[in-house]
This record gives sequence, structure tokens and C-alpha cells, in this order.
Amino acid sequence: MLRAVLDAAGAWALPLLLAGIPLLALSRKVKVYPAFLEGARQGFETGVRIVPALVAVMVALGMLRASGALDGLAALLAPVLGPLGVPASVLPVALVRPLSGGAALGAVGDVLRAEGPDSYPGRLASVMAGSTETTFYVLAVYFGAAGVSRYRHALPAALLAELAGMAAAVAAVRWLLGS
Amino acid sequence: MGALWTFLLAAAVAVAAARGRVADLTGAAADAAGRAVTVAIGLVGMMTLWLGLLRVAEEAGLVALAARAVRPVLRRLFPEVPPDHPAMGAMVLNVSANLLGLGNAATPFGIRAMQALEELNPRPGTATDAQALLAALNSASIQLVPASVIALRAGAGSRAPAEILGATLVASAAGAVVAVVASRVLARVLRRPGP
Repeated sequence: MLRAVLDAAGAWALPLLLAGIPLLALSRKVKVYPAFLEGARQGFETGVRIVPALVAVMVALGMLRASGALDGLAALLAPVLGPLGVPASVLPVALVRPLSGGAALGAVGDVLRAEGPDSYPGRLASVMAGSTETTFYVLAVYFGAAGVSRYRHALPAALLAELAGMAAAVAAVRWLLGS
Repeated sequence: MGALWTFLLAAAVAVAAARGRVADLTGAAADAAGRAVTVAIGLVGMMTLWLGLLRVAEEAGLVALAARAVRPVLRRLFPEVPPDHPAMGAMVLNVSANLLGLGNAATPFGIRAMQALEELNPRPGTATDAQALLAALNSASIQLVPASVIALRAGAGSRAPAEILGATLVASAAGAVVAVVASRVLARVLRRPGP
């Protein structure tokens, strides 16, 4: 039941937004098309800016995989990560997520390529990357702009939240996606 | 990030050498680089579409709409900030934009909020409880639509690229709750005794 609702929500969410937002905007007399193009141009630039990071990280992880190092690491960490429900291939996603958004997408790309997007590791990597943020970058930008240099408990609190988000990703993928 | 990346590359070569697999590395690097660009093309298309749509949403006043729901919650989370202070207004817009996935729009509001909170700061340069909580909220925001991850999944040939929406919502909400609780608890535990 829950599964069916979620599947439907997943299938409908994007199409509904694609039709609904322009409709709402039109009814409010927004110049829909110029607004779309302006945002789309920024989106294009953002997308292009991510490409080098994607290449950098996917190459490093691809070489690591070919060298056998990832398999070795997986065997080494299996007793620790297995009970937590985290496949070793997803570990790079969790490790780089707080540091760099582009690198995290590259790590997700590596998992999707090696394990398939609809596998458990593929889904987990997707949800982990989608539900957390680039913590270090966010703190640096926000506090830097306000001239705050002593963060006090902000960093541990943000990292705890990040860790909780990742743990919740494991639970949510197992519970909602049944894998 | 630079040190980590260099370490990954060096480790790959060292391990491959030890295992006699160096011959595989060139092919693996070239293959991964090519695949990265294939994936990126889908990503660029999706980011173009999605940010264009979000811009339309912004101009339609969706942020203002979300702000109405967000304001009462923030008043409770930040009791030390006067409700009519500019910091509160900027925080409401920051959190609303984050909630809608408008990262680009959220950042300027968040920076303005941080600066306004600094005016209320009795010890400038040292984060107040409110500033720490705002930072934590921005590093663990609820995600309604993770567009870039959906694009990656579609590019990788997923049968249902958007099936992760529900799980992402749940996981990011858990992160946001922990951000609030951890900020509150740590503020109390780590409070410096003294003046």
C-alpha cells in the first residue's frame, strides 16, 4: 500500500510540477517563458561547472576499482559496514559528501555505473547524496560572510545532522524501497 | 579535497602495482572519464530544465507562499530573535527557499540573515546559538526534489529515476530534526562558564 503510494508519487511528482508551476505562474501574470529561460541559463552553467568534478572523481574511483583496492577495502570493512547496511561501494559517497557536492555526484555516478541504478547500493548512494548537504562549504560561506570565525558547536551539530541523514537514508531505502 | 583526490589516485596505482593489475588502469581511467561525461550530459540537461522551472516558481511567488508556513515555526526555533528584526525576515526566506530546493536563491537570504544576526551578537566573531542553529539548518535542509541525483539515475538507465523521492524526503527530514536537536543540546552542554 505504502509502496504503491510512493511509486505513484515518484512517477507523478515531476510531471505535475512541470505542468503545475507554469500554470500557477501564468495565472499570476508572470512572464513564464522569459523567466524559464533565465533560470535555465543559470542551470546550464551550474551543470557545466559540475562536469570537471564529475570526471575527476569518477576517474579516481574507476582506477581504484580496477586496481582491486575497492574490493580489498570492502573485504576489510565488511564486518563493520555489513551490519550497518552500508555496502563498501557506497562509502566514498558518504566520505566526500560533506566536502564537495560535485565530488559526491561523481561518487554516486561511480556506484550507479558499477552496481546499477536500481540496485540496493545504487539506491542508497542516490538517497544519501540527495538528502544531505555540503556541510563544510555551507558553514564556510555563511560564517565567512558574517565575519564569524569561532563556530562553537555549529560544526559538530551540522556533522551530527549529516551523519543522522545518512543513517536515516539506510533505514529509509530499506523500509520504503524494500531492498 | 585536493589531498584526498591525490591520495585516491596514488593508492589506485600502488595497489594495482602490488597486484599486477597496472595494465588495467589506463583503460579504466579512460572508460571512467568517458562515462563521466555521458552522465554529465544528462545532468546538464536536467539542471537546465529544473532551474528554469524553479525560476518560474520563484517569480510566481512560491517562496512567499512557503514563508507563511515557515514563519511560525522559526519564531519558536529562534525565540531570542525579535520577530520584527530583519534577521527573522531573512531567515524565513532562507528556510523557505531551501525547502523548495532553491539553493541559489536561499544562499543570499542566508548570508543576509547571518549578517543581521551578527548585529544582535554580544560577542562579535563568535557564533551565537541562533547563528549556529541557522548554519546547521542550512547544512541539513529538508529536500523535496533532489533533481541532480534524479538526472544521474536517468542517465545511468534507471527504470524509475524518481523512485528515491520518498526515501530522500524521509532521510533529509531526519537530518533536519537532528540539526535542531543537536544545536540545542550542544549549545547547552558546551556553553562556556564565565562572564
